[in-house]
Amino acid sequence: MEMMKTAFLGKNKNRSICVGVVILAYIIIELLMFTGSLKSLFINLLVPVTSYIIVALALNLVVGVSGELSLGHAGFMSIGAFTGVIVSSVTSTMITNDILRLFVAIIAGAIVAAVFGFLISIPVLKLQGDYLAIVTLAFGQIIKSLINNTFLGYDASGFHFSFITNNVKLSTGGKMLINGPIGATATDRISTFTVSVIVLIIVLFIIFNFINSKYGRGVMATRDDRIAAQSVGIDVVKTKTIAFVLSAGIAGAAGVLYGLNFSTLVPAKFDFNQSILILVYVVLGGLGNMLGTIISTSLLVLLPELLRFLADYRMLIYSVVLISIMIITNNPTINKTIKKIFKKNKAEGDLNNG
Amino acid sequence: MDFLSYLITGLGLGSVYAIIALGYTMVYGIAKMLNFAHGDVIMIGAYAAFFIAGNFNMPAIVAILVSVFVCTLLGVLIERLAYKPLREASSLSVLITAIGVSYFLQNAAQILWGTDTKIFPTLFDFDNISLFGGKLQISLLTILTIVVCIIIMIVLTMFINKTKIGKAMRACSEDKPTAQLMGINVNTTISVTFAIGSGLAAIASVLLCSTYPAVNPTLGSMPGIKAFTAAVFGGIGSIPGAFIGGLLLGILETLSKAYISSQMSDAIVFLVLIIVLLIKPTGLLGKKVSEKV
Amino acid sequence: MNFKKLLSTVAVASMLVACGGGSTESNESKAFKIGVSGPLTGDAAVYGNAVKNAAELAVEEVNAKGGIQLELKVEDDQADPEKSPTAYGTLKDWGMQIGLSTVTSGAAAAVSQNYADDQIFALTPSASSTTVIYKDADNTQSFGYVYQMCFTDPNQGIASADYIKAHTNLGTKVAVIYKNDDNYSTGVYQKFMSEAKAKGLEVVSETSFDNSSATDFNVQLKDAQAKGADIVYLPIYYQPASLILTQASKMGYKPSFFGIDGMDGILTLKGFDTKLAEGVYLLTPFSADAKDDLTANFVKNYKAKCDGEVPNQFAADAYDCIYAIYNALEAGKATPDMSNSEIADILKKQFTSMTFNGLTGTDVTWSEKGEVSKAPKAVVIKDGAYVGVED
Repeated sequence: MEMMKTAFLGKNKNRSICVGVVILAYIIIELLMFTGSLKSLFINLLVPVTSYIIVALALNLVVGVSGELSLGHAGFMSIGAFTGVIVSSVTSTMITNDILRLFVAIIAGAIVAAVFGFLISIPVLKLQGDYLAIVTLAFGQIIKSLINNTFLGYDASGFHFSFITNNVKLSTGGKMLINGPIGATATDRISTFTVSVIVLIIVLFIIFNFINSKYGRGVMATRDDRIAAQSVGIDVVKTKTIAFVLSAGIAGAAGVLYGLNFSTLVPAKFDFNQSILILVYVVLGGLGNMLGTIISTSLLVLLPELLRFLADYRMLIYSVVLISIMIITNNPTINKTIKKIFKKNKAEGDLNNG
Repeated sequence: MDFLSYLITGLGLGSVYAIIALGYTMVYGIAKMLNFAHGDVIMIGAYAAFFIAGNFNMPAIVAILVSVFVCTLLGVLIERLAYKPLREASSLSVLITAIGVSYFLQNAAQILWGTDTKIFPTLFDFDNISLFGGKLQISLLTILTIVVCIIIMIVLTMFINKTKIGKAMRACSEDKPTAQLMGINVNTTISVTFAIGSGLAAIASVLLCSTYPAVNPTLGSMPGIKAFTAAVFGGIGSIPGAFIGGLLLGILETLSKAYISSQMSDAIVFLVLIIVLLIKPTGLLGKKVSEKV
Repeated sequence: MNFKKLLSTVAVASMLVACGGGSTESNESKAFKIGVSGPLTGDAAVYGNAVKNAAELAVEEVNAKGGIQLELKVEDDQADPEKSPTAYGTLKDWGMQIGLSTVTSGAAAAVSQNYADDQIFALTPSASSTTVIYKDADNTQSFGYVYQMCFTDPNQGIASADYIKAHTNLGTKVAVIYKNDDNYSTGVYQKFMSEAKAKGLEVVSETSFDNSSATDFNVQLKDAQAKGADIVYLPIYYQPASLILTQASKMGYKPSFFGIDGMDGILTLKGFDTKLAEGVYLLTPFSADAKDDLTANFVKNYKAKCDGEVPNQFAADAYDCIYAIYNALEAGKATPDMSNSEIADILKKQFTSMTFNGLTGTDVTWSEKGEVSKAPKAVVIKDGAYVGVED
C-alpha cells in the first residue's frame, strides 16, 4: 500500500488541486453572496453550473479516461432528474428536512441512472468507435421519447401510470409527477449551492479513486492499447462497464441537482443537443483532465450570459469563439509557445493531442 | 392499399435521407470526421433556392443550380477555414468544431433571414397519379425524389470507380500518407469530397422543401441527425450503405408511425438501429476493419 | 494542461470582474422599468421577436403621450426553463419593477416563483399554461403575482370542444392532430379530449407528431381520412398547420379544419397559398384583418416598424400587456420611485377591479389568481381574410 501511495502521488496531487480550486471558488462565491455583491444572474446560475460540471466530469470518465465517445449522457441526466423529482415529491411529507430529502433524492437518482447505465452498457460496449457513439445517441433519443410519453401520478391510493395517452385519474390532492411532454411542474426547488458543491467534491474523490484503482488503470490501459491490455489479462468489457455505470450514476446525481433546482422540468430539454453541449465542455477542458473540465464548463455556461450585451449576435459570437478555441488550442506553433512559457511537464491522463 | 401508399411515402422520405447520408458518408470515408454541420448546409441550400425562386420568378432549374453552387462553395469554404487547420488534431476536436460551425450557420441564417418560417415556393407543379381506380394516390414529386436519388447513386458510384479524382478519393480514404507519396494532392481531394457532399445537400434541400415546404433556420438539424443515423445504419463510409440505410430509415419511420404509434416512431427507429448494430456491428454494408497489433 | 492553467487564471479573474457591481441600483429615473424575457434566438424565436417588437411599439406610443414613462428591456431565454431564471436575474440586476414574465409557458413557469418571492408584478402576454399562474396541479393555489393576457390552455380546449359540438354542420367525426412534445398543444389537447368525452363528441382519430417529424403529416392525415373524420382539430401553431393543409390538399382530403389561437399567422406566412386555408375555422382573440381603428392602427404601425411584417397574436397580446399595465399604473397613481411591492400591490388591486379593452378582446377582466376572462372569437377564413362567424 505504501508503495502505491508514493507511485501515485502525482495523481493525488491532481485531486488535491481540483478539490482546492472548487473549495476556493465556493468560499469566494459565498463571501460575495454574503456581502450582497453577487448579481442575481449569477446566483441563479450557481446550481446549474455545478450540476453541469458534475455531468461533464461523468462524461469525461467515459470519453477521456475510458476512451469511448458517448453522445447520450443527457439521457442519464434526464433519468436522474425525473427520478429525483418523483422521490422528492413522494417523500415530501415523510422527510420534512429539505437537505435530507435532497440527499435521498440524489442517491435514488444516481442508483436508477446507474441501473440504466448498466443495461445500456451491455449492448453499447460490444461495439467500438463511432458505432458505439451512435448507439449512445440512439439510447439518448429513446429515453427522451419514453419519458415524453410517460404519465405518472401519485395520490392517496398510490401511483397511477399510463403510457402514450394520458389516462391517469387522480383523486383530490393527488399530484401529477410526470405529465408527458409537459414534464414535471410545480417542483419544490430544494437544490442548494452548498449541497451541489459537496456532491461535486464527493464526485471528484470517487473519480480520482477510480482512476487510481486497479480498474481505472485497466481502463486506461485498454484505451491506449486494447489488444495489449487484453493480452496482459485485463477484462476489457468488465473494466469499461464499471467506468460506464459509474459515469451514468454520477450523471444521474447531477440530474437530480439540476431537476430540483427548477420548478419545471421538460423531457425535451435532455435531447441530442444537450448531450453535445456536455461533450463540448469535456473536449474543451481536455480529455481526462478533470480540472480542465471544471473550468471549461464554468466558462462555457457563463459565456452566453456575459455576451448578452451583443443581443442578436450573442450566439453567433459564441460559435465563433468555440471554433477559434478549437483551432488555436490545436495549432502546433501556439501549443509549443505556451509550453515554452510554462516549462512544465504534460500532466498524466491528458491526451488532448492523442 | 394503404400499406403501399405508406411504403411509397416512406421511400420518398428515405430517398432524401439517402442523398444527405451520402454527404455524411463520403466525408467520413475520407476525412474520418462526423460533419455535424452537414444538416445546416441543407438549410442554407433551401434558403438559396427560396431566395432565387421566390424573388426572381426563375425556373426551377435555375434555383436548383444556384442552390448547388452556393452549397458547394460553402462546403469548400467551411472545410478550408474550419476543418483544414485541424487536420492533425484529434477527431473529437474536429467534431466540436463541426458543432461550432453548425451553431454559426444557424445563427447567421437567423440574423440574415429572420426567424419566421417561410413557405418554399412550388418548383414542381405536379398532379397525383391515380391508380386502382383512385384507391392509390401517388405524388409525382415522390417518384421524382426516388428517381433523382437512384440517379445520384449510380453517377456517384461510377465517378468514384472510374474517374481519376474518384480513384484519388478512394486512395485517400484507405491511406492518406501513402496516397500523398503516390502524388495525390490530399488537400484538393478532401476539398472535392466536401464540394460533392455539399452539392448533394443542395439537391436534397430542394427535394425536401418541395415535399415539406417550410424554410427556417433550424430546418436542417433533424434531417441531418436522421441522415447521420441512416449512414451508420448502412455502414458509415460505404456509399451503397448510405443509400440502403436512408431508404430503410425512411420506410421504417413512416411505417412505425402508421402502424405502431406516431408518438414512439422515433424510439422505434433508434431501437431497430441498435438491434442492427448488435447483429452487424459495422452497419449493414460496413467494412470490418481488422485490428492491427 | 498548462494552457488550462492559463485559462483558469483568466476564469477566476473574469468571474471576479463579472460578479462585482451588484444590484444596488436606485430608481431615480422617472420611468417604470418593465422587463420581459423570451426566445430571441433558436427554434421559437419568432414568438419572442413578435413580443419584443410589439412591446417596444406600445412603449414608444405610451411615452409619446408625455404622461407615465416606461422603459423596456428584453432578454433572450431561448424558450428554455433553464435560461429564463438567468434572464430573470439579468432583468432584476437591471432594476426591473414590473415584468411581462416570459413569452413561452415552460420558461414562464420556471420564474413564476421568482416573481412571487421578489414581489414583482408580472403579466405574461402568451405563456398560456396553467402552471404559469398556479403552484399546484389542482389549480387552487396561485402565485399571486403572475397574471396572464392570453387564455389558459384548458380554456381553449373546452371552448373548442363546445364549439364543435354545437356546430354539427362543420362535422361530427373528429380527428385530432397535436404536437406531443409541446406544452401548449398537449395542454389544449388533453382538456379537449376530456371535454369531448363529457360532451359525447365522437373522436375517431388521434395522432400526433413531434419536433423531429414536424414536416411529414401523410400518416396522420391518412389515418384521419381512413377513419372517416370530417373535421380535423388542430391545436397547434400555424407553421405545421400550413403543412397539414398543403398535404391534405395534395391527398385530395377535404374535411373542415378547426384551429385555435396558434393558427393565427397562417394567412401572413410568407409564400403560403392562402387558398389552402379557405374555410378553416379558428378560435382566436385577435385577427390582424379586423377593421376596427385600434387593430388597423396597430397593424399599420407594426408593419412600419418591422419591414412590413404582419403582427401575429403574440404581438397583439404583448401590445395589450403594455397598455393594460399603463392603464393600471395611471388609475392607481403609481410612481416610479415606489418599491416593487408597492407597485405590485397597486397593479394587483387595479387588475382585479378594472375592465380592459384592447386588441385581443373587449371587457377583459382578471381573477385574483391571475386568470384572464375574455371571449374567444370564432372566425372563418374567407377569400384570404378572417371573417367573424355570427350565430
